[in-house]
Amino acid sequence: MSRNRATEDAATEGRLRELAPRVLGAVARRYGDFAGAEDAVQEALLLAATQWPAEGGPDNPFAWLVRVASRRMVDEYRRNDARRRREDLAASWSTAAPDAAPGPSDDDTLILVFMCCHPALRPGAAIPLTLRAVGGLTTREIANAFLVSESTMAQRISRAKAQINASDEPFALPPPDQRAERLRSVLHVLYLLFNEGYASSTGPDLTRTDLSSEAIRLTRAVRAALPDDGEVLGLLALMLLTEARRPARTGPGGELVPLAEQRRDLWDRELIGEGVALVTEALRRGNIREYQIQAAIAAVHDQAQRHADTEWSEILALYELLEGMTGNPMVTLNRAVAAAMADSPAAGLAILEGLDERLGDHHRLYSVRAHLLELAGDDENAITEFRAAAARTTNLREQQYLTTKAARLSRTATSPE
Amino acid sequence: MPRYMLLQNYGEVESHCAPMTEWTPADIKAHIDFQNVLNQELSARGELVDAQGLAGPEVAKFVVSDDTGAPVITDGPYPESKELLAGYRLIDVETPARAIEIAAQASAAPGPNGLPIRQPIEVREVLSAPDPEV
Repeated sequence: MSRNRATEDAATEGRLRELAPRVLGAVARRYGDFAGAEDAVQEALLLAATQWPAEGGPDNPFAWLVRVASRRMVDEYRRNDARRRREDLAASWSTAAPDAAPGPSDDDTLILVFMCCHPALRPGAAIPLTLRAVGGLTTREIANAFLVSESTMAQRISRAKAQINASDEPFALPPPDQRAERLRSVLHVLYLLFNEGYASSTGPDLTRTDLSSEAIRLTRAVRAALPDDGEVLGLLALMLLTEARRPARTGPGGELVPLAEQRRDLWDRELIGEGVALVTEALRRGNIREYQIQAAIAAVHDQAQRHADTEWSEILALYELLEGMTGNPMVTLNRAVAAAMADSPAAGLAILEGLDERLGDHHRLYSVRAHLLELAGDDENAITEFRAAAARTTNLREQQYLTTKAARLSRTATSPE
Repeated sequence: MPRYMLLQNYGEVESHCAPMTEWTPADIKAHIDFQNVLNQELSARGELVDAQGLAGPEVAKFVVSDDTGAPVITDGPYPESKELLAGYRLIDVETPARAIEIAAQASAAPGPNGLPIRQPIEVREVLSAPDPEV
């Protein structure tokens, strides 16, 4: 699909996606109707994507898009009987002379992100809406990325917008006293979006939009609007430092390669450099919170030349800090790994005691225990735990990795070939 | 074009080989590569709609409405887990014969020492919408 388009199309697409949130900001602000504006802008973008490469783009693409989207909105109001009362108003709106220059784009982007990541929305609704309204992706591209049909995704997006409309939120930044809390939901949505891209493993992923890159792009946009927020910096750093390892994370057959076995020369040094600089800056600002700590942990890993060079005592201290802050049992699991590496496998295994009731039958508990048992030289029990983890994971690549791990250990445990 | 579901469950395979967790790493890799290549071939021919493996019986749940609104949920694993679906391919092909051909290929996925595991594949046609003329 879009992958096979000519460079001309790709250039247009890139330009449109940059403009999308600014155009939407301008139209939504003018008409005070986010949901309607979002539909109209999407139509204008689709029209531009087909028209511009063939006929050449307009001199002022921003103004063109605002004008076309505005006209669509007015048409839609006129068509819609239920909205007849607004018709007079709509007719009086100017569609001829939109602002020639984009408005304060960073602000508009930020307002849009806050709206799309509204706490009333579940992440499953907020993510596609953000990709469309802020990221400028088409419904089809988003549907492809999540492996659902275009009509299903269109429904999900319009239901999300209806919920936002129902909340009657004005097109403006949230009031200052709510902003910190609202920013937490924004960062959470972006974090989930990044993970969706990073962990996705199912289906023929040839045509899937790269969700991790989208998450990074959107987080960069939020950072441009909020350059002084430490957690925004922290999240961006975390994404870059994680993304940097992606080329080494899977083998030629798509199989998962764990951190300890990754070819570190494949890591993206440029991303690591940027990520480390960001996390350093974020930590310098004080008021350290979760994403900053997670980014700091990723930075320690990324800066080790070899796995054996990893500063595990630093990582252990960071996990202790994070555990105290979140009380999250998954953090405790990671702390157990760090303790095993910094101290001894027995120290790690001791931390796992008592996690059973907090984590239930979670596959990660089995796989961490398996790794630590292997480290301790207890192959027999490690095999059992690897198999139990493989039976419980819901990630295909992880399942294959764990199964292979169990198989490899049984070979060395029984009959060396 | 008719659509078919090719279904495979956790039941015994005709080659009676050991479960995959007891294979050598090389045999596991060969098996996974085979599945990937088959999917790529089907995709390249425009015949693959979807292919998914399902998470194991250990994390499965059975849900039955108790008729008052509170469903009854039974957690796995189950004694009858061999009958559970392990994965499927949804294909869109020209002829029923082609569906059989693909199923036969899938059934011959390699197991220990590269020998075909001869897994039974259930071939089920997906009901289509009524003809617009009818």
